[in-house]
Amino acid sequence: MKPFTTLHGLVAPLDRANVDTDAIIPKQFLKSIKRSGFGPYAFDEWRYLDRGEPGMDCSNRPKNPDFVLNQARYQGASVLLARENFGCGSSREHAPWALEDYGFRAIIAPSFADIFFNNCFKNGVLPIVLAAGVVERLFAEAAAQEGYRLAIDLTAQTVTTPAGEVIPFEVDAERKHRLLNGLDDISLTLQHTDTIKAYEARRKLAAPWLFV
Amino acid sequence: MTPRTLYDKLWDDHVVHQEANGTALLYIDRHLVHEVTSPQAFEGLKLSGRKLWQAKTVLATPDHNVPTRDREAGIVDPVSRTQVETLDANCVEFGLNEFRMDDSRQGIVHVIGPEQGFTLPGVTLVCGDSHTSTHGAFAALAFGIGTSEVEHVLATQCLWQKKAKAMQVKVDGDLPTGVTAKDIALAVIGRIGTAGGTGYAIEFAGAAIRALSMEGRMTLCNMAIEAGARAGMVAADEKTIAYVEGRPQAPTGADWESAVAYWRTLHSDAGAAFDAVVELDASAIAPQVTWGTSPEMVVPVTDRVPDPAEAPNAVKKSDWERALAYMGLIAHTPISEIAVDKVFIGSCTNSRIEDLWAAAEVVGVLARSGRKVAANVKLAMVVPGSGLVKAQAEAEGLDKIFRDAGFEWRDPGCSMCLAMNADRLEPGERCASTSNRNFEGRQGQGGRTHLVSPAMAAAAAMYGHFVDIREVLQ
Ligand code: SF4
Repeated sequence: MKPFTTLHGLVAPLDRANVDTDAIIPKQFLKSIKRSGFGPYAFDEWRYLDRGEPGMDCSNRPKNPDFVLNQARYQGASVLLARENFGCGSSREHAPWALEDYGFRAIIAPSFADIFFNNCFKNGVLPIVLAAGVVERLFAEAAAQEGYRLAIDLTAQTVTTPAGEVIPFEVDAERKHRLLNGLDDISLTLQHTDTIKAYEARRKLAAPWLFV
Repeated sequence: MTPRTLYDKLWDDHVVHQEANGTALLYIDRHLVHEVTSPQAFEGLKLSGRKLWQAKTVLATPDHNVPTRDREAGIVDPVSRTQVETLDANCVEFGLNEFRMDDSRQGIVHVIGPEQGFTLPGVTLVCGDSHTSTHGAFAALAFGIGTSEVEHVLATQCLWQKKAKAMQVKVDGDLPTGVTAKDIALAVIGRIGTAGGTGYAIEFAGAAIRALSMEGRMTLCNMAIEAGARAGMVAADEKTIAYVEGRPQAPTGADWESAVAYWRTLHSDAGAAFDAVVELDASAIAPQVTWGTSPEMVVPVTDRVPDPAEAPNAVKKSDWERALAYMGLIAHTPISEIAVDKVFIGSCTNSRIEDLWAAAEVVGVLARSGRKVAANVKLAMVVPGSGLVKAQAEAEGLDKIFRDAGFEWRDPGCSMCLAMNADRLEPGERCASTSNRNFEGRQGQGGRTHLVSPAMAAAAAMYGHFVDIREVLQ
């Protein structure tokens, strides 16, 4: 996993609530057995006018001019500004894979769906929860100023606006540590192998039917 | 001792290691695997040279991509086929128990787990699928995970988790005739919203929940995720125990006795504290129909399509406007005047035998008065949740009732719940569906989904538009 430390990124505002993972990456792309290459199909149904199929070359597909990510001013965005309950619906990890592959490293919203939120941390994407009022203000600023960028510092847990306003955010200490260092969960867990084995031994006595 | 909730008990019994910051390493007893969210996990294991912790805790089956007819011909779409073949190969390589596409026990993961007694009360159960909440019906702690976590569970039998808050959804009173667990689920979501349960584990309690069959409880817990809660659960009682008894993977002999004794403790203690409580009166719930592109956009069948001008706030107003435009609906239209093009009875929400009974009953009643699937309905399909459900339904003659009325009777799988196989809506087509998500494009790009119960879907097929099932069954 790519570590995440700081980011000074162009902001793309996606102004709808309850954006679900089906919208982030439609199901036909879930047929891939790979982890990469989903970026060109992120938000496929909103982004293109034709029907996307896995393996398609997206460079010549007709783009939906009304979709925000297709606007020239948001090309190269790495911070996604979103509304409440972002990432609801299906548990597909393909959603953060697609966002990451597209180029987003941070997502700011007033709230996220649980599974999606969790999946982001495992893929080097930082989901940041800010108060609804603050998010509202960022939406207004991003719309008003072309080339609007935010500076995100994970160590300091701050988002800084172009005007120099510093907005603090919360992040779980353990997740922060893993993200800062790009650590893989499994190797950390396997350091607890003896504890897991001891738990199993206890549990086998109490509930032997669980161990078939 | 302080009284504990069911969630507390399940949690406490599975903590392997507790970090000071509240994160716990939780032991996972059961893991369901399907073809869509597992290939990258197996690949990860192979790349790192890691072994499986315990192969026997895993049950695998292909469900999302499988065709629902002409199965002998195999999977036509090469991409889907590769995914299913990849699962088969991974299960062989890692020594996992898999019900392959041609196995009579194959089906939707959330249907076969309980059916096999793989899902047991008191277990922690995960699957790379958000509707894993279904299994909470057995007083189990069951939740969906992402692919990295699938890999993590395969390699360590554990997951890092933070305990959620506890919400009790208490439903008392008697459900009216024709009103089902699906309607309770939709009514709850309509009340608390699709993010209302975010950060919570929901326990469904109250007389109306105790009165539900195990199938009904599964339907309800299945939809907990649509309310934002990763886990939904119901306390164990005699129905739970009776359902599990004699299933292929259920404990036997002395193990059975001690298991049952433990299972009887799986309920919230009197006086246990919840972080939130929501109360509903079952007798006031009418059959529900969603009108928009989120499960919270739901009204009773007797109602009308709402007017965005009456939305509670500006964000909702624009959501409603967008939803109505996508759904091709006009505010104030009576729900009963909405005509449907397709009908889908299936999915992990409503494809168990009881769901098929409910649908077949409606079809049977209407067929006796000479009705068939309405002329404007292009396709009405019934997709049983598993090969065993299908076999039982056929043994009871349900397939004949459906077929005679003009329904298609298919092979088990996810099918048009998410349209990863050939079953899908065409742009603009409107569907009465017993599945769980009405998101844009969920059942096919441009498709318009209305979520309903199996009885309501069956009636919509026979009339060609939504009808109040309570009047049909009178
Ligand atoms: S039936 Fe639908 S919701 Fe259930 S597992 Fe399959 S795709 Fe997911």
